[in-house]
Amino acid sequence: MNLVSTAARDLDDDPPLLSVRNLAKHYGNALGCRAVSFDLWPGEVLGIVGESGSGKTTLLNCLSGQIDADGGEILYRHRDGEVADFRTLPEPQRRALLRGEWGLVHQNPRDGLRLRVSAGANIGERLMAEGARHYGEIRGAAMNWLSRVEIATDRTDDLPIRFSGGMQQRLQIARTLVTGPRLVFMDEPTGGLDVSVQARLLDLIRGLVDELGAACVIVTHDLAVARLLAHRLMVMKGGEVVEAGLTDQVLDDPHHPYTQLLVSSVLQV
Amino acid sequence: MTLMLSVQGVAKTFTLHTQGGVKIPVFRDLDLDVSAGECVVLHGPSGAGKSTLLRAMYANVLPDAGEIRVRHGGRMVDLASASSRTVLQVRRHTLGYVSQFLSVIPRVPTLNVVAEPLIRDGLDIDTAHERAAAMLSRLNVPERLWSLAPATFSGGEQQRVNIARGLIAEMPVLLLDEPTASLDAANRDVVVELVAEAKQRGAAIVGIFHDAATRDAVADRLYPLTPAKAA
Repeated sequence: MNLVSTAARDLDDDPPLLSVRNLAKHYGNALGCRAVSFDLWPGEVLGIVGESGSGKTTLLNCLSGQIDADGGEILYRHRDGEVADFRTLPEPQRRALLRGEWGLVHQNPRDGLRLRVSAGANIGERLMAEGARHYGEIRGAAMNWLSRVEIATDRTDDLPIRFSGGMQQRLQIARTLVTGPRLVFMDEPTGGLDVSVQARLLDLIRGLVDELGAACVIVTHDLAVARLLAHRLMVMKGGEVVEAGLTDQVLDDPHHPYTQLLVSSVLQV
Repeated sequence: MTLMLSVQGVAKTFTLHTQGGVKIPVFRDLDLDVSAGECVVLHGPSGAGKSTLLRAMYANVLPDAGEIRVRHGGRMVDLASASSRTVLQVRRHTLGYVSQFLSVIPRVPTLNVVAEPLIRDGLDIDTAHERAAAMLSRLNVPERLWSLAPATFSGGEQQRVNIARGLIAEMPVLLLDEPTASLDAANRDVVVELVAEAKQRGAAIVGIFHDAATRDAVADRLYPLTPAKAA
């Protein structure tokens, strides 16, 4: 029953969605990150792991346009096949990407939501920024996405400030994914949540990413989260990538001393 | 017979950097060919590297030397040097692995856990669920458990879910790491039958079976491993 036709295709020939080359960022004399290079294909989840100060959040912020890198390239392949360096794109085009084709899920949902407009409007706003104008359709899409992230649709008109942390995070995910982004960045998406809420959110993210076929970069310090969500891992230390590869290979057969230390430091439950 | 899996000159030494750089040699210069329809059982005492070799065949462990080639879509792909994407593709369509333990995904119901490999392979959800149900019945997993996540199941129940998930997609190459370890005699017999059926349809199988009766029932030949001498 194996689909030999798809299996036979040489996937290494497909062009990547994102190619990062030699990305670097310094804060004055201090190193944020440097010499970071990787390729990312559609449907692939790349985990970036490391401790605080390893440069993983700096890297994510550079990739997602939150801060400017000071060296290297972020090559993105547009829907029409054209490849452009995000770093040299004119500002309006960068903003257009961030409004629709790219999505960013912040660690703290309060950074990604507007707390004083309704849950429905938080989702609808991103659609409207993409050009949607029909009220009924926008509201329908908002309610559809609320139920997909398991928020009761009778909460559509409630303000997110009244939601629990876990609900706010699910709302932020709905707001991000409603435009059907091709590339999603997530910064510690389960950080700061109760363990029971984390499991639900992880399962949700896993299902949605699979369903949408989006490429995804997830920063986390939690190796269990990385194992569950990421196909591939990059381990960062002191601003550099010290090890990269298949998630289970990096975690079960770590080669770099730092990766071995990280893996052996996890408490067994 | 068609060559499905070929291990050549494979060596593995674990270096423990967190423990003073201690080196633990596991094996070297291993060669093993497995053809379609054949079941080879890795045989040797504890510590001989059976599981490590099996995990290397799944690219979960990266060998220091040698090639591990798998027939994938008509050509041999070396997992030791392939890109992560290629390895994932080979695992998705060609190479199945049943470990001793189920890695539990929070909240996902048993039926979905078992059906997932079929759905990922492109089968529609209804057919995939039907086949998952048939597989679970065959392995005597009670129907009342199918809608529950397997996290709270007994060891034997989890292992049967794991076997169902590992065998359902009928992969051309199967790696089995003590799949019968915590099963009763009746369920062991079901696994022996499933392995026989997999061989019948042409799967190449490499396994570890400690139980002598099961081993004798499934093995076409044994591949002996001995503990490596300290370097």
